[in-house]
Amino acid sequence: MPDKRENIRIGVFICHCGSNIAGYLDVEELEAFAKTLPNVAFVVRNLYTCSEGGINEIKNAIDEQNLNRVVVASCTPRTHEPLFRSSCAEAGLNPYLFEMVNIRDQCSWVHMREREKGTSKAKDLIRMGVAKAALLEPQEPIISEVHAARALVIGGGIAGMTASIALGDRGYEVVLVEKEERLGGMLNRLNMLGPTMTDAGDMVKEKIETITDHPNITVFTRATVTDVDGFIGNYEVDIETKSGNEKVDIGVIIVATGGRLFVPEGLYGYDGRRVITQLEVEEVLGRGLDPAVKNIVMIQCVGSRNEERPYCARICCQTAVKNAILITEQNPDAKVSILYRDMQMYGVENEEMFRDSKVKGVRFIKYDPARPPRVEEGKVSVFHSLLGREMDLLADLVVLSTPVVPQEDADVTSKILTVPVDENGFFLEGHVKLRPLDFATDGVFLCGSARFPANIRETVAQGLGAASRASIPLSKGFVVVEPIISVLADEDACRGCGLCVALCPYSALEVRDTEKGRKVHVIDVSCKGCGVCAATCYQHALSINSFTDQQINAQIAAFLN
Amino acid sequence: MLDVGRHPNIDLLAYSEVEKLEGRSGDFKVTVRRKARYVEEDKCTGCGACKEKCPTVVPDAFNVGLGDRKAIYSWFAQGIPSTHTIDPEHCRQLKGKKCGVCAKTCLAEAINFDQKDRLVEIGVGAIIVATGYDVFDPSQIFEYRYKEIPNVVTSIEFERLLSASGPTAGHAGRPSDLAVEAEIEALEKKAGRLQRAITKFEDKYVESSSAFSKKYQDGEYKDDKDRKRWADKYAEHLAILETIEPIKKKAEGFTVAKRLAFIQCVGSRDFRFYPFCSGYCCMHSIKEAIIAHEHETETTSTIFGMDIRAVGKGFEQYKIRGGNNSNITYIRGRVAEIMEGPDNNPVVTYEDTRERRVKSEEFDMVILATACAPGRGTIETANLLGIELDRYDFVKTDPLSPVDTTTPGIFVCGCSVAPLDVPESVSQASSASERAAEVVFQSDLKKEKAVA
Ligand SMILES: Cc1cc2nc3c(=O)[nH]c(=O)nc-3n(C[C@H](O)[C@H](O)[C@H](O)COP(=O)(O)OP(=O)(O)OC[C@H]3O[C@@H](n4cnc5c(N)ncnc54)[C@H](O)[C@@H]3O)c2cc1C
Ligand SMILES: Cc1cc2nc3c(=O)[nH]c(=O)nc-3n(C[C@H](O)[C@H](O)[C@H](O)COP(=O)(O)OP(=O)(O)OC[C@H]3O[C@@H](n4cnc5c(N)ncnc54)[C@H](O)[C@@H]3O)c2cc1C
Ligand code: SF4
Ligand code: SF4
Repeated sequence: MPDKRENIRIGVFICHCGSNIAGYLDVEELEAFAKTLPNVAFVVRNLYTCSEGGINEIKNAIDEQNLNRVVVASCTPRTHEPLFRSSCAEAGLNPYLFEMVNIRDQCSWVHMREREKGTSKAKDLIRMGVAKAALLEPQEPIISEVHAARALVIGGGIAGMTASIALGDRGYEVVLVEKEERLGGMLNRLNMLGPTMTDAGDMVKEKIETITDHPNITVFTRATVTDVDGFIGNYEVDIETKSGNEKVDIGVIIVATGGRLFVPEGLYGYDGRRVITQLEVEEVLGRGLDPAVKNIVMIQCVGSRNEERPYCARICCQTAVKNAILITEQNPDAKVSILYRDMQMYGVENEEMFRDSKVKGVRFIKYDPARPPRVEEGKVSVFHSLLGREMDLLADLVVLSTPVVPQEDADVTSKILTVPVDENGFFLEGHVKLRPLDFATDGVFLCGSARFPANIRETVAQGLGAASRASIPLSKGFVVVEPIISVLADEDACRGCGLCVALCPYSALEVRDTEKGRKVHVIDVSCKGCGVCAATCYQHALSINSFTDQQINAQIAAFLN
Repeated sequence: MLDVGRHPNIDLLAYSEVEKLEGRSGDFKVTVRRKARYVEEDKCTGCGACKEKCPTVVPDAFNVGLGDRKAIYSWFAQGIPSTHTIDPEHCRQLKGKKCGVCAKTCLAEAINFDQKDRLVEIGVGAIIVATGYDVFDPSQIFEYRYKEIPNVVTSIEFERLLSASGPTAGHAGRPSDLAVEAEIEALEKKAGRLQRAITKFEDKYVESSSAFSKKYQDGEYKDDKDRKRWADKYAEHLAILETIEPIKKKAEGFTVAKRLAFIQCVGSRDFRFYPFCSGYCCMHSIKEAIIAHEHETETTSTIFGMDIRAVGKGFEQYKIRGGNNSNITYIRGRVAEIMEGPDNNPVVTYEDTRERRVKSEEFDMVILATACAPGRGTIETANLLGIELDRYDFVKTDPLSPVDTTTPGIFVCGCSVAPLDVPESVSQASSASERAAEVVFQSDLKKEKAVA
């Protein structure tokens, strides 16, 4: 390994990218310029540095020219940095002694008609890259073993049960922790499940049997997780169970704590008897509807899509339509009216159920939230916003469609696991589009209503999906992390104030008591190198590998020079 | 995409199709046709020099025909793999004419006109079908006149018009205006060519064209063939300049489309076509309206829909924000007809169900939120693999096992199952990979047991 700062020998490779760069910049001038830069021992131009020939040229030069730093001025690191890094490694140079300068996307492509100015900008970019390269330090990838190939699943609803069975079937040990006496979650309280009208009880029973018989799944009911320590692959989890406390080693965690149905106290005369929720109507239908109940009015969006709870809870419309169909089946002369704002019967199956309900005589009446329906004794008055007039509907039973809301203790779970919740209190995934089942923190995953209200089809898919995501570190047995992460470069400077800990989006920092007092500690496998901590620390105690203050200052100085 | 291209455990066979399936869950044999690209994948660096020089211009399918590409092309700039491909339908060389410009241009020597389709056989434990959907063709709805009125476009076309890498670099230029601009460009090109020819004559005969033309009209040089060509070219040039002037004047007034109408459920929730709801279109119309407003703050958008189905995480808030901050008006009603008004402006006739009145309104551009049609690729693949489809031709699944097809060992995800947005598709992709991994794990276990 080359000695630090002693006899730095930088090789600069300038790529023509066919004509993408050479067509717009004076590459010969760039070559001549690079030769004049400090510490530069070798400069060459390639037609394509990324082609086999170009790569060989890098490798040979490292060997023949004794290079100990490599700079490639070409396209974007997004596509090509890994290739060039591994080429350095193949030639025996630490891959982190490589720096890439983008003179294509950020230069030749944007200055196609300004050859001179573009060339001069490319010179600046190369000079900056070379200045930084001189200060680069070798790094080793961080490999952390997964000590416990065991998953913790919190919550035993359909989401948690599906995930547990999937992981169990893949041969991993699973510890399933359920707060209630019985597994099954919300499904324990439901009657028939739309759109197929399957018996919810049967479904739960079948899943519970599979889990009870499963050799790889340990279930704790009437249990909660009280503490989680550690990081991906190496968690130590405290579980409080009905028969005492347990401590288990865990590799990955799945949050499947579901949600609960909002109880509309004080809204539309809710009394739990004549004015009830969809959950209560499920129970009524399970027992059998009183044949005397002939006129039923359902009101949608009760407690949702308002200022307090601005979201649409996704499944209440389909639940209402399902129950309306079941009512007409149990009591063929029953008249069901659904008062709605928008009928959210998205997709194929819901829209089919919607049509089916209309065939069965269910009436749909659009109301305006500015003129909400009024529930009175034996009737509901509503302004029919499409007919443009008030109407009275007889009502022996009023059913309020209220949203699924987060669990009351979601914030406790969120604190124990240091994972975030969103503005509505649901758990917040790593990326709403692209990482829907991961938390930003590695090693923790989510699925089901804990993430957002979802029907069974969606919940089962998410349960399987979360299991798949969680199985990746378990099957690899280790986690490899790019060493471009935060390090406590100046331990003495750290005052242990914890400002950085509070800001880290990945829970990668903690304050520990050490011989020198309270000091921050970087959990390197959790760190993503985003740099928030280093930028925050007023003591400059933290630093990001390959983006140290010194390296960046050198780049700035080179630019201003 | 990049992650797929770079992943050590993923063997990406792009520009390929499955031809045959044998075997069963845990032990399938798949035959794949690797179509000839006429470009060596391992040599091509994706630099694109070839397509710069290729003389054959073809409408660009990626930009849904709104722009052009060459006969040698990469599907789109960030495509993985970045390997270019020659389109044998259009390439001059492959059509038997003389060309080969790309081969001369390519410094990596990657062009190979002799490449042939190859069949490869691979053994796999499980299969995941992710062949997606097709965009509904709205010309089937005659009353919307998609084919006749240039400024009636589909959402996917508008998506390209709004994209920074699209044919208009993100400015929502109207197709009718773009067509005029293309006409001007073509005329100018032609005028330029004529101008060069004329200059040559002027140099040759050391005389200005106008002076020459006067003499020629007066009957001089009657039998001089060369000078006749000069006169013809000059006349043609003048004629072009004359036509170009008023068009250019007109084009000066062109701005981006500012009054947008989005029409929901085009082909969806419609018994003539697809009775189902396509699920994602309400949201992408809101998204496109918000982006159009970001690009040009004077933009106003009207979204015509039966219900606005903003059911995903954060969607309702997004919809309300769109209304408050991005000048979006939501009108409940189905559009009956679109006609063409003055200035190529589409005129939309609709029933405003809240006011119970039939109204019509003029817009700069109308965007049709087309249905998620079951994919032809999905139907073909399903037939080939022997998995069942549902009554609409999506892959048949059960709500309780949402990614299992009717054949063990074959799983499915994304819009092949039903219309799904990106987060739902991504979740399902993980689900399908879980089920596939279970199969592979169980069959490995069986093999181990068999050995033991
Ligand atoms: C009235 C109603 C009717 C419905 N009808 C249908 C239908 O017909 N068809 C359909 O597809 N879907 C229907 N649904 C939706 C369906 O109920 C959900 O999709 C499903 O229950 C979500 O499952 P889950 O596992 O995510 O959450 P849940 O079922 O809520 O399960 C979560 C579990 O986690 C446990 N838990 C919570 N916090 C903790 C903790 N801190 N520690 C340990 N355990 C914890 C809970 O006790 C519970 O057992 C309906 C929903 C409602 C409200
Ligand atoms: C205009 C528009 C805007 C949208 N905007 C958004 C948005 O903002 N946010 C959002 O969440 N969703 C949006 N969507 C929805 C989004 O497009 C889908 O959720 C997503 O594309 C589904 O992904 P998929 O992989 O299932 O299918 P696809 O994207 O259709 O991919 C299927 C792939 O399979 C390939 N294929 C097909 N047949 C075969 C075969 N026989 N052999 C091999 N390969 C084959 C196809 O070439 C294609 O590459 C939008 C949709 C439209 C139409
Ligand atoms: S699903 Fe229906 S009832 Fe529920 S919040 Fe959304 S629109 Fe309202
Ligand atoms: S998502 Fe909206 S536009 Fe699309 S089909 Fe459903 S209701 Fe119609």
